[in-house]
Order: sequence, then C-alpha cells, then structure tokens
Amino acid sequence: MAALRVLVAKVGLDGHDRGVKVVARLLRDAGIEVIYTGLFQTPETVAAAAVDEDVDVIGLSMLSGAHMTLAPLVVQAVRARGADIPVVLGGIVPNQDVEELRAAGIAAVLGPGAPADEVVRTISTAARGEHRHQGV
Amino acid sequence: MGTGNNGRVSNPREQWQKAFEESRLRGDGFQTMSGIPLDPVYGPEDGEFPGLYPYTRGPYASMYRSKLWTMRMFAGFGTALDTNLRFKEIIKAGGDGLSTAFDMPTLLGLDSDDPMALGEVGRCGVAIDTLADMRDLFADIDLGNITTSMTINSPAAVLLAMFVAQAETAGVPRARLGGTLQNDILKEYQAQKEFVFPPRQSMRLVRDTVAFTANEMPRWHSISISGYHIREAGSTAAEELAFTLGNGFAYVELARQAGLPVDSFAPRLSFFFNAHIDFFEEIAKYRAARRIWARWMKERYGATNERSMQLRFHTQTAGVSLTAQQPEVNLIRTAIEALAGVLGGTQSLHTNSMDEAQQVIAYETNVAHVADPLGGSHFVEALTDEMERRAEEIFARIDEMGRGSMLEGCITGIEENWFQGRIADSAYELERAFNRGERTIVGVNRFLEGNEEDNLDILKITNEDERKQRERLSGVKRERNEPAVLDALDRLAKDAVDPEVNLMPALIDASLAYATVGEMMNTMAGVFGRHVEVPTI
Repeated sequence: MAALRVLVAKVGLDGHDRGVKVVARLLRDAGIEVIYTGLFQTPETVAAAAVDEDVDVIGLSMLSGAHMTLAPLVVQAVRARGADIPVVLGGIVPNQDVEELRAAGIAAVLGPGAPADEVVRTISTAARGEHRHQGV
Repeated sequence: MGTGNNGRVSNPREQWQKAFEESRLRGDGFQTMSGIPLDPVYGPEDGEFPGLYPYTRGPYASMYRSKLWTMRMFAGFGTALDTNLRFKEIIKAGGDGLSTAFDMPTLLGLDSDDPMALGEVGRCGVAIDTLADMRDLFADIDLGNITTSMTINSPAAVLLAMFVAQAETAGVPRARLGGTLQNDILKEYQAQKEFVFPPRQSMRLVRDTVAFTANEMPRWHSISISGYHIREAGSTAAEELAFTLGNGFAYVELARQAGLPVDSFAPRLSFFFNAHIDFFEEIAKYRAARRIWARWMKERYGATNERSMQLRFHTQTAGVSLTAQQPEVNLIRTAIEALAGVLGGTQSLHTNSMDEAQQVIAYETNVAHVADPLGGSHFVEALTDEMERRAEEIFARIDEMGRGSMLEGCITGIEENWFQGRIADSAYELERAFNRGERTIVGVNRFLEGNEEDNLDILKITNEDERKQRERLSGVKRERNEPAVLDALDRLAKDAVDPEVNLMPALIDASLAYATVGEMMNTMAGVFGRHVEVPTI
C-alpha cells in the first residue's frame, strides 16, 4: 500500500503554528507523507492544494476560536471541487462544539493533549473513510 | 567596590544599605507569621545585592518592600464599547493600569470588513478599525492619569498614532501619556507569527516609534521585549532567555544607528517573560536575564545610566502548561508558576484566568518580605550561571550570523529560519518526551482518574459582535471626509518611501482623518511589501 499523504493546514489569521508543526513531524515519523500549507490560508487555497496534491486527508489546526466559522467552510470548499477528502480538525476545540462540527462534515476532532498514537490512528482511520459511517 | 557618600570605599552591603535607606517603604515590621523579624535581604558583605550592578538579585534595593508587583489584568473582547465597560470596572476596583488585548484582525492590521477577518472580529480581543473605536474604547477614562498597555506588534505604530490622536482630541497632551507598546516585531517572525511587512521594513517602524516616544512621550515604554511567545511556541528556557535578550540587543543597536544615545531610550525598554512549570529553572532564568542585560548594556553598548542596565520585566504564567483535562489542576500549576515569577523578582504579573493566586502569594505567604530569597542557594546560583552560559553560547551564534552585529544576526536568523527551526525542534523534543512518558502531565498522560468532560462555562463571542463592528465601520466610512483621508494616505505613502522620515506624524494625521487601520497598513504595504514565511516543518 502506498504511504498516506496528508495536507496539514492553517486557515485564517491564527498564527499558532507549534501544534501543526509538531503534528507534521509526528505523522512524518509514522511514515506518512506530509505537506504543510504555511500560515494564513483560506478555505479555498486549502481545498485547492489538497486536490492538487491528491492527499488522503486534510489536517486543520485551529487555536483561535474561529473553528466553528472556518472549519465547515473548508469542508464545503473541498466538496465544491467535487472531492471527498476527509477533514480532521485539531487544536483548542471545546467538547460542546464537536457534535456540530461532525454534522458539518468534519471527520474527526483531536483535542489538546492527544498522544502521538491517537493522532496517527485518527488520521489513518479518516483516510479509510471510516469516520463517515459513525453517527453524523 | 564603589565609593560611599563620604568618599570612603564602601563594601557592597554598605552601598546596598545606603540605597535601601533612601527607598520609600510600603510598611515596616516585616516578619514571619510567628514574629521572627526579617532582614530586607540576606547574604555576605561582599556578595551581590539587589539594586546594585549587575542586578542579579533584583533591579531595586528594597524590591517588594517598596512596592509589590503590579497585578495586571488583560482585557479586550467584542466591540470597543464592551471593553470600555470592562476598563471602567477595573479602574473602579482600584486598577491604575489598563492592558489592552486586540482581536486577530487588528493584530494583523486588517479591518473588520476584510474577508480574511471572517469569524475573528472581536473574538480574542477588541476590534479597532478607526479613531471612532479608539474613542469608544477610552470613553470617560482620563488617559493622563492611568497607564495603558497595548499588546500590538505589526501595526504598533498605527495603534500608537491612533492612541495619541484620541488622547490629544480629548485634551491630554502626548507628553503626559504613560504606558507600554509591545512593539516587539522580531519575536513575531520567530514565534508568534503575526507579521505583515518584511523584517527590515518592520524594524524601520520600530525605530520610528522608539525615536518618537524618546523625543515626545517621556512616560512611554516603547518596546516590551517578549520571550513569552517564544516559550509558548516551544523553546527551552535558555532559548527564551537568549532569543529575547538577543532581540533586545538588536533594538538597542537599531536605535543607536538612528542616532539615539543609548541612555535616551534604554531606560524605557522593558521585558516580558514566561513563567513555566519548572520552578527553579524559571527563577534562574530571571536572575540570569538581569545579570546579562546589565553587563551587555554597560560593556557592549556603553550605557552609563543605571536604569539602562536594570532589567525590569512582566511575567505571565504559561498558557501551554495548562490542560483541558481536569481544568481545576490548572489553578495549582498557575499558582506555582506565579510563585516562580515573584521569587524571581518580577515587576508585574499576569496569572492566567484566575487572579487569586497572586493575592495569596502577595498577602498570605510573606514571600515578598525578603528580596531574592533564593540567592545564595548553591543550586539556584549554579543554575543561574548555567542559564547565563547557555545564553552566551546562543548570543555568540547570533553575533556570528550578523558578523558582529546582533541586529543583523537577528534579522538574518529570521530570514534563514534559524530561530523558527530551533523553536520547532525544541517543541518536538518536548512532545516526544511526553509521548515516551518521560515528561508527566497530570491528567493527560498520568493520573487520569477523575478525568471528565469539561463543563466549565466558557465565554462565547457571537458573530453578532462581528456584524455590529462591520456596521460601525461602514458608518464611519460614510461620514468621514473622503478627500482628507486620501490626502493623508498619500502623504503616508510618500513618507514611507523615504527611509529617513519618521512615519509617526503621518500616521497621527491619517488617524485624525479617520483612515482605518487596514488602509494605513495597506498604504505602507504598497511601499514595504508583505512578508511571506517559507513554510517548513
């Protein structure tokens, strides 16, 4: 099986890039191919990069509190391109928001303190499309 | 050895004693709970003393016996009117310092109606677009009688200009304004990543604000040189120490290049450090910072004013040390970190979320009775020396990158991703230690019993504030004199082209014409260009 390809991305104005870089290295050490968008992307630029790079999963890192606005827009932008790439969200996301994010099409949410194996497992599961069949 | 007041050579203790006796104290009879009287400081006659060069033990002879640290509260959310209400509560409760948090669009110099601002307006701080918002923010507050700190970097010159414009419109001359601008752009490229212009062009704006405040705002602190964000981004304590002081040296060289004598601006530089969870390492870091700054200012930069050599700093407890799991444990972490800040001699302190930790430390524990209470501990002294040694190694590397200039070294290090890479490496090392179980985080990788869903009430900012702020902005744009705005922006662009011109007057005039933050930033970006970070993992 070919190695998984993951696009890790920062959308909006949130400059906190410690988490995204740590996750990128964790995934890379687990044998996953990782592409990092850099800061200040829009939902459209992320979707375009994900489709162009033919990735298996998009990993969004959000720590500013704007996830309820921006994360669903990334899902919509991906779908608008006729793609079905799962979007996993990580960062500071209150538990209360998870259900609504899942309903908006986010495949999985990784909270603060998630250990490396959970990060890798969640990304791999999302790549196989398994989150789609759990609840809504 | 210095000379005493009668010309006789006096030992350090006598020099300290004299300075102590000249200090005004906030009380007397400092003693333990059981009534044991306490000296203001302990140590051998010929050792280091607080208030004496190189200030390892504190910048002032009397330290907290004269004045406790300032317990600072950071405020800013929603619209300027919302934050103004909070400011007035703080003042009513006896606060004499306001600390302003801006929202992300403002921090990045974007207006509230910018498409990139979607979902962020008023969320992590207050939204400021024009002078009208600045007026709302400080309505019914006498800016001549309080100090105002503004946590802003890329658009620092713009917000300072708007603040001056607001104060003078309200009848308070700029010379009476007291406060602090964070204005530390170097750490933005290294760690916090709220940059707009390329590094060299940004440094021109820093130079302009330092020169402007040195000449016209004697009570203003032009830069708060910040290690906090470097540490939060993942650096080690020694890297936080060295990158921060290195940036400080870069600003000193920048201002000297602009023709400012070192003692004309250095007394108003201040620092901002993290208080992380490794208690003694943090205390050693603060002690080493004071010693290094004093020595470099005196020996390398030729400062003669003591205040140029005395490092004063603000401390904030480490946001990254807090956990979503078992959130009540965060109170304990914050209290321990705050205690490190106090034992390390901080001048002001911000405790995350809950302020009571500081009140217990200040008023119940008696730890503030004696200056530098850990000075002389074999362990703390050795750790202080080691922090200094590690910092000096890093300074040597920066100096080498800059071929003998710390200013060039800092800029080159940023352009070559050297700082960013080291911070990312250190962050990853810490994460691996956590994943291997070598670093314990209670409630996250050990002692998990008692974990439950978080059910704290969290302040929610609705998109309603965003809508209100956009309406307010379009109202201001409708009512302002458009040709005057265009003229002011035109002049700003012309001034920006000439690197010799100080941009502050043009920014103040543009503020008075109700030009927006975004318009002023875009005008300058037209000349300066924009910084794009090369993404590296």
